[in-house]
Amino acid sequence: MIAGWFTLVCVSETSLPSGSFEQLAMPHFEPLYNFACWLTQDRQEAEDLVQETYAKALKGFSSFQQGTNFRAWIYKILRNTFLTSRTGLKATATVPLDVEGEEEVLPTAKETPESILLQRSDWQQVQQAMERLPVAYREVLLLCEVEEMSYQEISSTLGIPIGTVMSRLSRARKTLRADLRPGIQEG
Amino acid sequence: MVCESWKAKLDTYLDGELPEEEMREFDAHVRGCPSCSADALTRVQMKRAILLAGKRFSPSTEFRKRIQQSVAPQTRHSFGLRWMLAAAAVILVVGTLTISYVRSRSSGDQIYSEVADLHVAALASSSPVDVVSTDRHTVKPWFQGKIPFAFNLPELQNTEFTLLGGRMTYLDQTPGAHLVYDLRKHHISVLVFQERALKLTARWDENVRSPKNLPFNMETWSQGGLRYFVIGDANAADIDSLAKLFKAAS
Repeated sequence: MIAGWFTLVCVSETSLPSGSFEQLAMPHFEPLYNFACWLTQDRQEAEDLVQETYAKALKGFSSFQQGTNFRAWIYKILRNTFLTSRTGLKATATVPLDVEGEEEVLPTAKETPESILLQRSDWQQVQQAMERLPVAYREVLLLCEVEEMSYQEISSTLGIPIGTVMSRLSRARKTLRADLRPGIQEG
Repeated sequence: MVCESWKAKLDTYLDGELPEEEMREFDAHVRGCPSCSADALTRVQMKRAILLAGKRFSPSTEFRKRIQQSVAPQTRHSFGLRWMLAAAAVILVVGTLTISYVRSRSSGDQIYSEVADLHVAALASSSPVDVVSTDRHTVKPWFQGKIPFAFNLPELQNTEFTLLGGRMTYLDQTPGAHLVYDLRKHHISVLVFQERALKLTARWDENVRSPKNLPFNMETWSQGGLRYFVIGDANAADIDSLAKLFKAAS
């Protein structure tokens, strides 16, 4: 009977469902930290943000629907946590209004920002230009280009319509190009 | 200017987000249009530059460990596990005590049984005693040099008991004295051993006059470092009377 009890203890430890949270969450640790650094622009704040995100996700894991997009779920938690932080509130206070349906006017100049970039071969300038982007543009650009999320996934993560995703993405790229091409007028 | 409508969708095309049919049309157009092809190339390079620039920050090993520990399974269930282990420990202790008690009880029962066997074996023998005498002053000296202790035999004058004699016996690999008495045709055995020599750690129940599963009455006690057993098919009062005689003599 005593042996039976010890067996029961061992079985209950190995059959715990929290192992699946660890398996799902830890592969996103480094990208989440990178994303948090880009949002907060401060490593200590980013660590606090990631730590709080994991704590909230673990606590609310029972509400996560198995089979749905875990990445979008945990990124959403991180972003919502950021938006309610002091840095987040300050950053989003300067978010430009989305102008739906506005088409980007492409430059007609021979010298494009991309060609300037290629000539300079300096990706550090890209980093600096990304840092200067408003947070609403920076996050959508990072999710699309760095995390390689689909528009639908970005829409779920940010809680905005796909049309808004496309327009913000377009404006982010336009702003970035303009920043990398000083002195060149867009037509 | 025909290309303007294509270029407006160039980023969406490069993100792979156009409908499938439109993607195929765009592929065909880009292959045939040098202007759009050049734009597509530079924008792909831009995307690549953003990808490289975007992967900028790496967490420290220490921070990774901290997060890893915070999501490790045991941290969530330590409370329940502690209760399970505590319950197991209690069961272990109770189980050990129960086994110890049962063994002790069975040890006592085993001794009673062996004493009964000695009594029966002696009576069944063609020579129940090796020293045949009703005189205690004859029987007692007979044990000298045979057992490693001395004991007193009671005076039986004015009693119904008669000493028939004695023999050597062994209990739990310990030598002892076996005396046989007669009381109205009933034979009663008195066995005496050194208490410390009995290896079985029995819990003697000295109030038990008729041990379970034994068809005899019996009384046992310890006195002067010796363990006495009085056993026979006489009634309990007679067994007790003989026991009192021995207690008084010792």
